[in-house]
Amino acid sequence: MALPTLMRSRGCVWTCLTVARRNLNSAPTPVAPPKLNSKLLLFLCQRFHDVEQLVSWSSWLKTWVLRRKNMYYGYTQKQYGDNVAAAFYILSMKGGFRFAGQSEWFRPNARGKFNWDFINFRDVPIEEVDMSSTLINYAGLDNFVSQRELRSLSLRGCPEVDDWFLSRLHIFQDTLEELNVSHCSRVTVGGLASLHRLRKLRRLDLSSLPRLQKPGLVRILLEEQLPHCHISGVEYSQGLETETGTETETGTEIGQLTKEYTHTHGPHRQTLTQ
Amino acid sequence: MTTWRLLARTGSAINTGMCLPSRTIIQNDYCSSSGFRSFSTGKAMRTDFFKDLDSQLKAFRKKASSAMPGSDWHPLDLTVGLPPERTDILIVGGGVVGWSIAYWLKKKEKVRDGVRVLVVEKDPTYSQASTVLSAGGIRQQFSLPENIHLSLASAEFMRNINEHLSVLNDDPVDLQFNHSGYLFLASENGAAIMEENYSTQRYAGAKVTLLSPTQLKEKFPWINTDGVALASYGLENEGWFDPWMLLNAFRRKAMSMGVFQCFGEVTGFRYKTHSMPTEDGDLVELKRIRYVNVRMPNSLQYQPVECAIVVNAAGASSGKVAELAGIGSGPKHTIAAIPVPVEPRKRYIYVLHSPDGPGLDSPFLIDYSGVYFRREGLGGNYITGMSPEEEEEPETNDLEVDHEFFQEKIWPHLASRVPAFESLKVTSAWAGYYDYNTFDQNGILGLHPLVNNMYFATGFSGHGLQQSPAVGRALAELILDGDFMTLNLSALGFQRIFSKQPTLERNIV
Repeated sequence: MALPTLMRSRGCVWTCLTVARRNLNSAPTPVAPPKLNSKLLLFLCQRFHDVEQLVSWSSWLKTWVLRRKNMYYGYTQKQYGDNVAAAFYILSMKGGFRFAGQSEWFRPNARGKFNWDFINFRDVPIEEVDMSSTLINYAGLDNFVSQRELRSLSLRGCPEVDDWFLSRLHIFQDTLEELNVSHCSRVTVGGLASLHRLRKLRRLDLSSLPRLQKPGLVRILLEEQLPHCHISGVEYSQGLETETGTETETGTEIGQLTKEYTHTHGPHRQTLTQ
Repeated sequence: MTTWRLLARTGSAINTGMCLPSRTIIQNDYCSSSGFRSFSTGKAMRTDFFKDLDSQLKAFRKKASSAMPGSDWHPLDLTVGLPPERTDILIVGGGVVGWSIAYWLKKKEKVRDGVRVLVVEKDPTYSQASTVLSAGGIRQQFSLPENIHLSLASAEFMRNINEHLSVLNDDPVDLQFNHSGYLFLASENGAAIMEENYSTQRYAGAKVTLLSPTQLKEKFPWINTDGVALASYGLENEGWFDPWMLLNAFRRKAMSMGVFQCFGEVTGFRYKTHSMPTEDGDLVELKRIRYVNVRMPNSLQYQPVECAIVVNAAGASSGKVAELAGIGSGPKHTIAAIPVPVEPRKRYIYVLHSPDGPGLDSPFLIDYSGVYFRREGLGGNYITGMSPEEEEEPETNDLEVDHEFFQEKIWPHLASRVPAFESLKVTSAWAGYYDYNTFDQNGILGLHPLVNNMYFATGFSGHGLQQSPAVGRALAELILDGDFMTLNLSALGFQRIFSKQPTLERNIV
């Protein structure tokens, strides 16, 4: 009788530690064979209800923190207006921004402290936003909805930026000229397809998107949609190597493919029109 | 417990002990046979005891390990996969709606294992399931506020799907959602309705814009705008996703929360009947289901499952399931004679290849002729389809595809709307069933008034997949809380069918 209780308490302490450790790690879980400690955690979860509860609390806490950080700054908005609320949100998330018509950037220091001078710029819209490596997500965009002058947005390395986020960027469709979504681990082609609504886009950075298959083809297709946009960070041949084996053969392969298309098309079209 | 483990360990030790000499014997045998080279290529005529020993031992080891505690082997010859003998809630139909209901029931239960939920699915491979054979779109461009809200809530669920459906130690759910939006085209006749629908959708909170033909041409240069008076285009929360991913995510999560799954077909109900007089003095027969007979696949064996509540989420065959419970077989001119108006309808989906077709911006386009198409992947592939006229409905016995239908009905419309589709190649096609509500083409959600423990979530006529997360939540609320808590969907109940007041979707077609 004593042995199971002892085991139970021990197991609890053990997983408390593991849970805490997992919590600190903000990087998204890589798709890999399960490690030993995660296997152990699963085993304990299946065996002890309290461990299961702890794990569910930890994941709940994670989403709660994320939600709280990305809340709509309604009180600030009411007191100081849209621009100050957006600025306050950016600085609290440890991002940087620049007001329209100014050259200096507002940024928090390494400890997260920032200068409160931005409160004086009630009527000046924000022009450039740098949210690199922050926890901004879909809900956080609520704070930007009324920004009608936003021209540049950098989302480099944001772990919570996903396809839903990109699909919501249409709110800046008349102004946004520069967008950086590099190193966003959750962006896929499904979200990039919605970027064609940003008609003013001039520069787009797509480098190092781990979930993007065939980035070269996506670049070609995006350039078709946004002819004035310069897309950087992706080579045309990227993602084609797997099909052709070597990089040098890509050109000939594409030529063959197009030949095949015309070949299959000619006779079929005839049958259809008959 | 420990003695069993000890036994198991010795058992395995015996096993390994026995297999060691056998291996050496076989090796010896092999060596000796290599000494005398045989010139015959046929089988050896002599039956050797040692020759079979290895396979015999393997079979014995298998049997021994299956008889160990913890396996589902039983000395009496029982069928594997029989459903449990009793459960609280039995869900008929393991499609996406059924599993969504199962998930929400488990999510909403107040104590651990508070409700026992069993999902019965007749098709173990999901080869004929409407869920996986659908085009997988989600839109908010409806005219009924209920449908718009259901779809909005589902989109929100899908946005946060990993908060809801992630399982510990498993990969995160990836729906492969494609945010390309829906584009509805309206002719001169439909423009006024489209404008009305647009204001309803905006009021409900959907992000939709209206486009004039010139704006349409500017945005999508590959469209031929002849005959188009107005277009409405979804900006957010619209697109398409992989239905199999959603179904599997629901299933995986629900099963990890303790939902029972059983493959079998519901062949009948055992119910009790009470007669009650109404105010006018007529007798009304109220039924209450006690047992559900679940027949095992490919056998005649069936198991009666005792249950308190039955949820009919059988999709295309939910009309049949309702008939089994005696719905619609009452005396004429009473509400007991009104059947559940859901029947299967066959719909074709064709896969096209057209290298010059619309690119990355191509939305889920729905023409006013009824033809729809969407992009599939990046390689110039598209899928297209159309609902046939009422009098031209195909037979629903099998899932054969009628290729003439594409040539005669779809292709002319498609090629005139998108000139790039003049040259195309149909690379493949499939057919699936709609759970078609013949009454008003909208979902039926709620308790049947005459069978007072059978809930319905069916008849969505093609948009069940996209509304499934919200429908599951609504039905779980109805069962566990007694009423709708988040979205008031009482307009989708049985009341409208009995009072013959259809809540029709106002189409722009």
